[in-house]
Amino acid sequence: MADEVVLLDFWPSPFGMRVRIALAEKGIDYEGREEDLSNKSPLLLKMNPVNKQIPVLIHKGRPISESLIIVQYIDEAWSNNKSPLLPSDPYQRANARFWADYIDKKIYSTGRLVWGTTGEVQEKAKEELRESFRVLEKELAEKTYFGGDMFGLVDVALIPFYSWFYTLETTANFSITEEFPRLVSWAKRCMQRDSVSNSVPDQYKIYDFLLDLKKKMHSIE
Amino acid sequence: MGEVKLIGTHQSFPCARIEWGLKIKGVEYEYLKEDLSNKSDLLIESNPVHKKVPVLIHKGNPIAESLVILEYIDETWKDNNAHSLLPQNPYERALARFWAKFIDEKCVISVWGACVAQEGEEKEKAVEGAIETLSHLEKQIKGKKFFGGEKIGYLDIVAGWLSYWLSVLEELGEIELVNAERFPCLHEWGKNFINTSPIKDCIPPREDVLAYFSFGINYVRSMAPNKA
Repeated sequence: MADEVVLLDFWPSPFGMRVRIALAEKGIDYEGREEDLSNKSPLLLKMNPVNKQIPVLIHKGRPISESLIIVQYIDEAWSNNKSPLLPSDPYQRANARFWADYIDKKIYSTGRLVWGTTGEVQEKAKEELRESFRVLEKELAEKTYFGGDMFGLVDVALIPFYSWFYTLETTANFSITEEFPRLVSWAKRCMQRDSVSNSVPDQYKIYDFLLDLKKKMHSIE
Repeated sequence: MGEVKLIGTHQSFPCARIEWGLKIKGVEYEYLKEDLSNKSDLLIESNPVHKKVPVLIHKGNPIAESLVILEYIDETWKDNNAHSLLPQNPYERALARFWAKFIDEKCVISVWGACVAQEGEEKEKAVEGAIETLSHLEKQIKGKKFFGGEKIGYLDIVAGWLSYWLSVLEELGEIELVNAERFPCLHEWGKNFINTSPIKDCIPPREDVLAYFSFGINYVRSMAPNKA
């Protein structure tokens, strides 16, 4: 049945990681295809003509784009499965969607600014990121996962970002581990799940990749 | 089913979305009008993260973010032949969510950008960009009465601002984006949408929307760096 599910992906992409985790949580067999984003395949351009981005899940020939939308699709299309990614209660589902949306709006773009800028701009972005981490730690509180006992949508949305922590700490000179111990404990708990450790690359690999990327960007200027 | 309250402002289209959703489902609710220049304690307590409207409060539980609220409404009031907002099929639901995200992010931003941009090359480019994003919606609505098919659905509600709020932005920005020549299907959809009950029962007066947007536009323009 593996030919029924194809994932167009790019190994360092946190958005691709989200989908890998969801597929692994559900035990779904799939064919992963690595895209060269500087030379996008005709298949990618055909399957996501609007945004031309990965990840794209292709199920029985039909494409789904946008990582959190894909994760919800996986949860709904394989709903007889033992590992639901969303709770069944509508209010708890709304809460999960709210926090996944928060992460989408606040974490990634701010993180990229922290990584990609210097001076005052970077300082401002760093403060914004710190504030978002504070908010998330408060929401997590003493729970095992954001959803409580159940690993779910919000955890899937955020955990790929853990692979960026070392890069951010080094680039912006601060310690996420010291300042946000609860968040880092949560991240380490998630990394103990096979679905996560097999989907989220090591922080140093990401650091090397991002360093290379920065060099390429500067050499173009 | 429990008490339902909506904290909102009538000029805001994300708030209109919630009214449309509730009315389509036949849900009774109390509208708590918010003054955004002087936010209430209730709003700040109910949405401490963003402090924005709309917020739905059901049985004392607050839910924020219009797209999240719409899905909550759809999942909570689904018996008694209540009209379903999202499609039943997971693939079609994924498509509806994809286009909703596209509208809320790409369309809103590009239209707003085209409106706010001042005369010249920058404005021309912004207008072109907005037309390009809207052309995707023209393709999606082609051959259908509503995005939801025969009946208004989730995506119609999310796109609803295009049927009314857009024309105010176009007037303020001195641009024309959606018209019968360029986007005949979207134009027709807009007319059908805005003239259907219960949609037309929750439309704010045009002057209010004008005032609401012109404040925002002037603010953004005043923040732009001075150009030589």
